[in-house]
Amino acid sequence: MMGVFDIALALLVLGVALMVVNAAETRAAVIAFIALGLLLALVWVRLGSVDVALTEAAIGGGATGILLLRACGRLRPSVSDTPQPGLGVRAAASALPTLLTIAIASVVLSPPTPAPSLAEAAAEALPDLGLGNPVTAVLLGYRALDTLLEKVVLLLALVGVWSLTSDGLWGGAPAELADGAAKPPLLLLARLLPPFGVVAGIYLVWAGADHPGGTFQGGAMLAGMWLLAMMAGLAAPPDTGNPRLRFALFVGPAAFLLVGFAGFLIADGFLAYPPGLAKPLIVAVEAALTLSIAVIIALMVAGPAMKAPR
Amino acid sequence: MNPATLYGLMTAGLIGIGLFGLIVHGTALRKLLSFNLVAAGVLLLFGVAAQRGAGAGFPGDPVPQAMVITGIVVAFAASALAVALLLRLLDVEREDDAP
Repeated sequence: MMGVFDIALALLVLGVALMVVNAAETRAAVIAFIALGLLLALVWVRLGSVDVALTEAAIGGGATGILLLRACGRLRPSVSDTPQPGLGVRAAASALPTLLTIAIASVVLSPPTPAPSLAEAAAEALPDLGLGNPVTAVLLGYRALDTLLEKVVLLLALVGVWSLTSDGLWGGAPAELADGAAKPPLLLLARLLPPFGVVAGIYLVWAGADHPGGTFQGGAMLAGMWLLAMMAGLAAPPDTGNPRLRFALFVGPAAFLLVGFAGFLIADGFLAYPPGLAKPLIVAVEAALTLSIAVIIALMVAGPAMKAPR
Repeated sequence: MNPATLYGLMTAGLIGIGLFGLIVHGTALRKLLSFNLVAAGVLLLFGVAAQRGAGAGFPGDPVPQAMVITGIVVAFAASALAVALLLRLLDVEREDDAP
């Protein structure tokens, strides 16, 4: 049942997207992008995907927004900057995007019927896994290999970010996230919010078994709380060579791999769960994964090492 | 027209706007922003397909949703790597410019 709300939301998303692209200042464009992230989260809820809405709000809008805002703050005019394009260039450049929009719109307006769906297949084995949330079942059960590989991709991206430090600074701490003395409102927020945020993040992971939620959403919230504390100057970014930090990064994929190989011994094969033990194993893997995801996201925003190791 | 089709049309517009930004801007950070717009739009197409595949009592087909969650996280990792590369490139330029 389509209503005024859906039409208004769609128009609002397009309007804010135009703001992101047409803003004169980069900072305005990044702030519009953060707003777009939140609006897209609403669109995801209207599409019936609440898990994805949580992830989009936390990671797509929130974490990416912080990342781009910090980058924007450190940018100065550089030799590789080209001036803002004029009206003629914009008019010529809009030919290809218009064609693409028309092509995608025609695909959307003539979808295959009946709609292909794996919902029935996903629902069948849900009781065996002991989970109530089908998306968590897909992520950690049916397509667990994808999630494992994605964790490894995250670690590789973090190593990639770390490798951009100067020689001799490897293993050191990233630059301070707080610039100067933090203003009192930020200090208050950073003291007040993290306890609630940590509880909410852990709850999101626990509730993700039966209701919308999961490791990525909870982990992103925990990362956000740590970033908030670092940005207010209440916590210093840790040394990237710190063994406990490295252990926290490693424990998620390691636990997942361990459970995966244990599947050879106690179940059918790699990443297979024995019936009856599936839910405890999944919850244990989720706990380790959440810690790793939280640390990886926060460290990716913090950037490469800028100080010599202590 | 059901909500899925409406949001599908919105997604087509979003991808077009993102591609326009990618072409028109010269600065790397603006290009990265526009690329993120295109990525968000493409993942929304998955969401439209998931909404159409609703069944078995779920509001949406769970498999595309899981893929989108993976896609959002990997896109964030790619953006983080791109930003780190960009900042390092600017540092190197500054070192070259300084006498």
